Amino acid sequence: MSDWDDLKAAAFAGLLDRRSFLLRSAALGATAAMVGGVLPKAAFAAANPTVGGTLRIGAGGGSTTDSVDPQTYTDSVNRLLGYQLFNGLIEIDDKQKVTPELLESWEVKPGAKEWVFNIRQGVTFHDGKTMTAEDIMYSINLHRGKSKSAMNGPLQIIADVKKLSDKQIQIVLNSGDADFLYTLGDYHLLVVPDGFTDWTKPIGTGGFVFESYEPGVRSVTNRNKNYWKQGRAHVDRVELTVVNDSASRMNALISGQVDVINRVDKKAVDLLKSAPGIELVQAPGGWHPILAAQVDQPPLDNLDVRLALKYAIDREQVLKTLFNGFGSLGNDHPVPKGDPFVNTDLPQRPYDPDKASFHFKKAAAKGQIIISASDASFNGAVDMALLYQATAAKAGVPIQVKKEPADGFWDNVWLKAPFATSYWSGRPAATQMISIAYKSDAAWNETHWRRESFDKLLISAQSETDEAKRKGYIFELQKVLYDEGGAIIPVFSDFLDAHVASVKGHTPHSNFDMCNERIAEKVWLES
Amino acid sequence: MFKLISQRVALGLLTLLLASALIFLGVEALPGDLASKLLANNATPENLAALRLELGLDRPMLVRYWEWLSHMLQGDFGASLSNKRAIIGDLGPRALNTFFLAGYAAVIAVPLAVALGIIAAIRQGGIFDRLVNVVTLFSISVPEFFIGYVLVMLLAVKIRLFPVLSNVTPDTDFMQRLYLTFLPMATMVMVVVAHMMRMTRASVLAVMASPYIEMAILKGLPKWRIVVQHALPNALAPILNVVALNLAYLIVGVVVVEVVFVYPGMGQWIVDSVSKKDLPVVQACGMIFAAVFITLNILADVLAIISNPRLRHPR
Repeated sequence: MSDWDDLKAAAFAGLLDRRSFLLRSAALGATAAMVGGVLPKAAFAAANPTVGGTLRIGAGGGSTTDSVDPQTYTDSVNRLLGYQLFNGLIEIDDKQKVTPELLESWEVKPGAKEWVFNIRQGVTFHDGKTMTAEDIMYSINLHRGKSKSAMNGPLQIIADVKKLSDKQIQIVLNSGDADFLYTLGDYHLLVVPDGFTDWTKPIGTGGFVFESYEPGVRSVTNRNKNYWKQGRAHVDRVELTVVNDSASRMNALISGQVDVINRVDKKAVDLLKSAPGIELVQAPGGWHPILAAQVDQPPLDNLDVRLALKYAIDREQVLKTLFNGFGSLGNDHPVPKGDPFVNTDLPQRPYDPDKASFHFKKAAAKGQIIISASDASFNGAVDMALLYQATAAKAGVPIQVKKEPADGFWDNVWLKAPFATSYWSGRPAATQMISIAYKSDAAWNETHWRRESFDKLLISAQSETDEAKRKGYIFELQKVLYDEGGAIIPVFSDFLDAHVASVKGHTPHSNFDMCNERIAEKVWLES
Repeated sequence: MFKLISQRVALGLLTLLLASALIFLGVEALPGDLASKLLANNATPENLAALRLELGLDRPMLVRYWEWLSHMLQGDFGASLSNKRAIIGDLGPRALNTFFLAGYAAVIAVPLAVALGIIAAIRQGGIFDRLVNVVTLFSISVPEFFIGYVLVMLLAVKIRLFPVLSNVTPDTDFMQRLYLTFLPMATMVMVVVAHMMRMTRASVLAVMASPYIEMAILKGLPKWRIVVQHALPNALAPILNVVALNLAYLIVGVVVVEVVFVYPGMGQWIVDSVSKKDLPVVQACGMIFAAVFITLNILADVLAIISNPRLRHPR
């Protein structure tokens, strides 16, 4: 009865609700005694989330200079509020697969250049207006042209957005991109009414209706009684308080002033573990720190120097000391372990002082290698650089850490210094991440990685719709970066949230913390 | 006396004008401009140029200074560059919050400090004097956030008397406000009491060494009367100055306390705005802080003049 064992395991793991467990055990002909043995121990997913209550979120990553305008989003609090008020075009589910949201279904021509989208019907905005093709087109075009949106670059791939009918739009791309749906799933692409500009009184189709917002302080929203999405938006009211200080955030959770927090301080996580009634939610993510070496700057243009640098970093120690173990080891390419296309054939690059020393001697490089580090790039960057300096010194690779001022780091150091600390928050699709930072003409090509053959391979991977072939291409892209690239990626960091026990449905998501920032419409409160 | 006071006020206004120039130049001198800050690592040459044009950052500095100053004199602080909200709208509630918390702390801290200082002076060298000295020295020596965290741990997490977050809103009523801001108030009181108390004690003791006090002692007056009636009025000028300095600190120096307690005052706003290079907001906050400092100093000066007969009736 292996089916029965599977079913039992699923029930214990909480993958089923009670009703489907009973139905399926009946179908398998399980006896009452068998079923009775499982029931008390099973962790059933609740079939009927409780409706009501006020969800109080305490979130870091907000600033008094924030705005509700989706063009301006850069940090967590923007996203957490944005997904309460608005809906996206595409939702990326917790298995990193694209699922329909306001775009209900689509068709793509071979070559992945021409896309036709059917628009979800019967969706109304908070002011009662019915959503149409115009609204969708306006919301996409908001980020194109002269817009200062961070999506302006990625959306340059679009040649034209055309209305086919009230229910259909067509998007034509400049070049094929099989992962275009992931681009449309970006958190900036939220749908607002056609021509909308009054960001002080936002109107969307989302699960919660705007009540008040004070940038960098708090926002309040109330449940949208006419929400179109089934099985979402359970709580009556969401109060989002910006708590940027991580100790205060944690204290607020422990003392019961908020129900859920993001960005748990990894070094202080034991304090939360010892507090009663607090649960942690850990999600492996694509966020990674990077030591970016420009491959056209001497001595970094020498492959042996780069290899020496790659072997000279103690990844295990970086993970342990800087991230308290909440993460996974990186392999000098930007694709995280949870990605379906991560190259599993590449061996994990170890800390190997002998090899580092060998390559460094072979390169016969003179002088010290200077790394520009600043905590403006990511919190702990200077510590990481100092740690790197120490482990590299053991291998005879002389590294000098140059501490850069935090103010002006992104202007004066990033993309300019030959070897510098930086970070990426990760992208849902591997090809997105690679094309944004490793394509010859990418604006943010930190490592000056310009190879024609690499670009061709990337374009083949993007326009190929056959999964097996794509996988081959994407594997190869990672191997090239692993062997020759200028990026040293020691670790990938996990997302870490925490909530009080009454919060249910708060599941890990690899894209971002807080259920990919959609926590407000996903969770419910159990009394 | 009137001449003296009006002189002080005129000098204050001049100082304010100079401060405005310094504030403007200081903000200009920071590395990198607002457009590249706003876009951080999302910047491309194209969207950078577009944003700079939109924000008017391409015009000469002097033109922008004059425009800013003249608008401000008419009560128009302009709009925040990063989120386009009118500064005056955000400034009002935030300034009110800052002044409320500072006032709350001052009402407790000033009488407490002066009383402790006087008692310590009367009991000079005694147990009370030493105890107060040690405790206040300790509270002034540790950083504010440490005091804040200790108070939170004791009074909010271990014993749940007060909230961790002082998240007041414009609708919060007065009593609720006093309750929500108790912990940040207590933190600030602990930080400023030491300075004022020690100054009170030192000035009173300095006066106590003068001959007329010896006369009073020989006359057989009780010690408390000597201190309060004879020594204190002559020790008042330096005390007033220190009180003014600390009041100003309560308004302009509490960023850390605001961050720890998530209190929506001006400090957090100015820090965020500095890091995002939101010039108009930084400048508006800077001007308000400068005005507070200058006003309190003039006030201390004027009170010192009034309290001193030699200045009150100049020859």
